[in-house]
Amino acid sequence: MSSEQNIPARNTKVMNRFDLTSKLVAKLKHEEAVIGGIGNTNFDLWAAGHRPQNFYMLGSMGLTFPIALGVALAQPKRRVFALDGDGSLLMQLGCLSTIATLKPENLTMIVMDNGIYQITGGQPTPAAAVSDLVAIAVGCGLTDSAWAADEDDFERLIEQSLSASGPTLIAARIDDKPGVGATRRDPVQIRERFMIGLGARQAL
Amino acid sequence: MAAAEGQTSSKASGERAWHDVVLQTLKRNEIRLVPYVPDRVLTTLIRNIHADPYFTTFPTAREEEAVGIVSGAWMAGMKGCVLMQTSGFATLANVLASLAIPYQIPLIMFVSERGTLGEFNYGQSLVCRTMRPVLDSLAMEHHTCTRLEEFEFIVDRSIKQAITTQAPVALILSPLLTGGKVFDK
Repeated sequence: MSSEQNIPARNTKVMNRFDLTSKLVAKLKHEEAVIGGIGNTNFDLWAAGHRPQNFYMLGSMGLTFPIALGVALAQPKRRVFALDGDGSLLMQLGCLSTIATLKPENLTMIVMDNGIYQITGGQPTPAAAVSDLVAIAVGCGLTDSAWAADEDDFERLIEQSLSASGPTLIAARIDDKPGVGATRRDPVQIRERFMIGLGARQAL
Repeated sequence: MAAAEGQTSSKASGERAWHDVVLQTLKRNEIRLVPYVPDRVLTTLIRNIHADPYFTTFPTAREEEAVGIVSGAWMAGMKGCVLMQTSGFATLANVLASLAIPYQIPLIMFVSERGTLGEFNYGQSLVCRTMRPVLDSLAMEHHTCTRLEEFEFIVDRSIKQAITTQAPVALILSPLLTGGKVFDK
């Protein structure tokens, strides 16, 4: 990404998680893997239309990007998207350094930032008023990190990430709306369908 | 430490060191991905895994992160294991209970055991006491490896069982096997 095209944080529009997730899913034409983080992030991924290449994380808060990194390392020819919330990312910031070191070029990370733990009652995160997650990512060595200024910019950044020479992080400011759907909480089926969707095993 | 390492790595000719057994057994079972949080006792193993192009190995900032990475990789067709020490295992209860076990992921963990048989840091000995109760409360397979002559059998069979039953396993590397870490200053 060239920095002059990407808009600084304070000019970003407040968007909606389900809308952005739907825009992402609509772009997927090549069986790209999508890892949906805990809670609302994977609820909206589920609501955007189930795909066999979607993985829905029902616990293990903070492990969305590490799981996506594992998929990206195992299948370097497949594009991997990871969707996570700001509160979740704060639980595992160290993973940004790991990803910056390994530099998987097929990994696009998306952070939905509303500054709150929406699902537990809307309490603000410790970062909400003071921290810039894109600046943190850049500081960790993920130089292709940017705020999406609006929906069109979000889509442009997604497209840009597809041809990036390293991992990409896109952050979007979002509203405080809850997720639209509710993932079926069946970890074994989720995992099995994901593995079949990735071609890692055949159905029984 | 040097004396302890000497006990286990300078075996008579022909006898492999415990870390050679780990490396070779990982290869035989096609375990290629090895994220780790370092431990003094694991130093030689980590160095040898780095030196072998068969493996993709790197440090993570936290043990949970390594669990996520090998879980994602396994679902995408690449087998892995995680190296850590006792205090690192103590950070894992939530991700074992919410990711590895319910999603039926064959998470293979090598845990270098500190906190016993000559520990010099009280906190390490306390956190060590939480490890087996956590494993038992989740009904997880675990073995404490103490003897070189049975070590390959335990490692090889445990890896195969984890993968075929899609259940995690913890292999605890006792100071009786590795020499452990001893007070040296």
